[in-house]
Amino acid sequence: MKSMIAFWNILSKDMKNYYLKPPNISWGLIFPFAWILMMFLRTKTFNVVEIFPGIIGMSVLFGTTSMLAVTITFEKKSRSFERLLLAPISLELLITAKITGAILFGIFNSILPILISVFYFNASIYNPISLFLGVCLLSIISTLFGLFISVSAKEVFEAQTYSNFFRFPMIFLCGLFVPITTLPIYLRIISYLLPVTYAMDFIRYSIDKSNLISNTLSLILISVFCLLLFYISIHNMKKKWLK
Amino acid sequence: MNSIIKVINLCKEYNGFKAVNNINFEIQKAEIFGFLGPNGAGKTTTINMLTGMAKISSGQIFYNNQDLTYKIKIAQKVIGIVPDESNLYDEMSGFDNLCFCGSIYGMRKKERETKANQLLEEFKLLDAQNKKFKAYSKGMKRKLTIAAALMHSPEILFLDEPTTGIDVVSVRQIRNLIKELNEKGTTIFLTTHYIEEAERLCDRVAFIMGGEIIKIDSVIRLIDDTQTNNILEITYEPLQLNMKDFINSLQINFNKISVSIKDETCIKIISKEKIDISPIISFFAQHNFYILEAKLIKPSLEDAFVKYTKIDITQMKKEKEKR
Repeated sequence: MKSMIAFWNILSKDMKNYYLKPPNISWGLIFPFAWILMMFLRTKTFNVVEIFPGIIGMSVLFGTTSMLAVTITFEKKSRSFERLLLAPISLELLITAKITGAILFGIFNSILPILISVFYFNASIYNPISLFLGVCLLSIISTLFGLFISVSAKEVFEAQTYSNFFRFPMIFLCGLFVPITTLPIYLRIISYLLPVTYAMDFIRYSIDKSNLISNTLSLILISVFCLLLFYISIHNMKKKWLK
Repeated sequence: MNSIIKVINLCKEYNGFKAVNNINFEIQKAEIFGFLGPNGAGKTTTINMLTGMAKISSGQIFYNNQDLTYKIKIAQKVIGIVPDESNLYDEMSGFDNLCFCGSIYGMRKKERETKANQLLEEFKLLDAQNKKFKAYSKGMKRKLTIAAALMHSPEILFLDEPTTGIDVVSVRQIRNLIKELNEKGTTIFLTTHYIEEAERLCDRVAFIMGGEIIKIDSVIRLIDDTQTNNILEITYEPLQLNMKDFINSLQINFNKISVSIKDETCIKIISKEKIDISPIISFFAQHNFYILEAKLIKPSLEDAFVKYTKIDITQMKKEKEKR
């Protein structure tokens, strides 16, 4: 029970202090809107189903990776993170509380592109439940990338830089806008080593069943990647921060 | 046994460098224990090992006679930590900061709100409870940081340089708060570079240098051990008198003392043995001196620290202030 109180309060503190701040909410709304508008103005006749998963992917990926990396690095720098490390809760629970906020923020970021696509462009969704699940998976995996980055970054600007180092290649390699099948074979190998590819594939299935990999396999691989990223990050934290 | 912390052969090694080397000490319940040493002596590393912020290389740590060397999470329930920098959340109010700090120890809403109000009142911060932490003065920030560490009513409080860089009034308040807390039964582990602060507050102190504890004892004993001579200083109103003749007659009358003139209104009397003040004062009175003050000069904890560590204390203070 005491652990649950700690978990809930760390999560709600993060939501209040970081994610529900007006600049971040507006980021979550403006960023996907700007992307849709850009696509619309550029092509006028674009196929919404083609770019819809990419916009969702971009919004979630950009919202979560840097947010978590920045908030943890910021708290590390101001030493308030020490306070959490010194509390009688396990590091796993603490980190789960920290990432939950970012995951929810990622899911929130996906709402606007979904609403615009469905209600303005009349896009149809094949399976809304699995779309929600796909967005959750993408948000989890992107957040865990953010966590992984936060362990290496000492300064907030480093966290941003490292996030970009991961995010930008993923836009092209993970099937957000460029279909993986059109990539050269050596890039396709890299694509399949990135978990975002599987989350995007899951989202594509939910929208128009244009997935390349079976959902079960995607789920298994995403779970494995999540566990790996989570425990590698925990291991690195113990090694670097509790040395 | 009434010890709250017992440390046996504690070591910390970083890439072959021994930051803490085989230290042993015991802290009794409800005592104020000072940990003094220059920069890089191993104070923070020791605190980090005791609180779970650093892994130990070897040795044992006991809390309440229970070996918690590798179970520091259990010990964290009974310890409160005040770091050398205030590390609460800038965007949160004083009250919310306290409540949050209580919540990470599993305190329920009502319980933590009651405790937060009680602490804000005790620390005279009630008027500022709704202000954001970033709007607090340095002294207020320090007080709130101490209050935050007390939210879960810890048995032992680690205070790392609690009065560094804050105004005199806040320093006084914080020192009084430490005393009050201790009187209520909280054990205090204090590191400070203000040795006079340690002298005023601590029951026992340890001097640490180069990762090793050089001396550990009660403040009184450390000071007594430093005293090699008894010194009496007598201050008087200036008098038209040949002081050299007076000093000679003083030394003839009291043959076990040596006398020197400190300045034109003060004489210093040194003796290997205890000085009986009354006949000396009478002697002064017979020679028409108007005595303003007569005091026995005792060595300070700082003298004891210098004696055992051979450290240039002014240099040490300057380094700390720079930090």
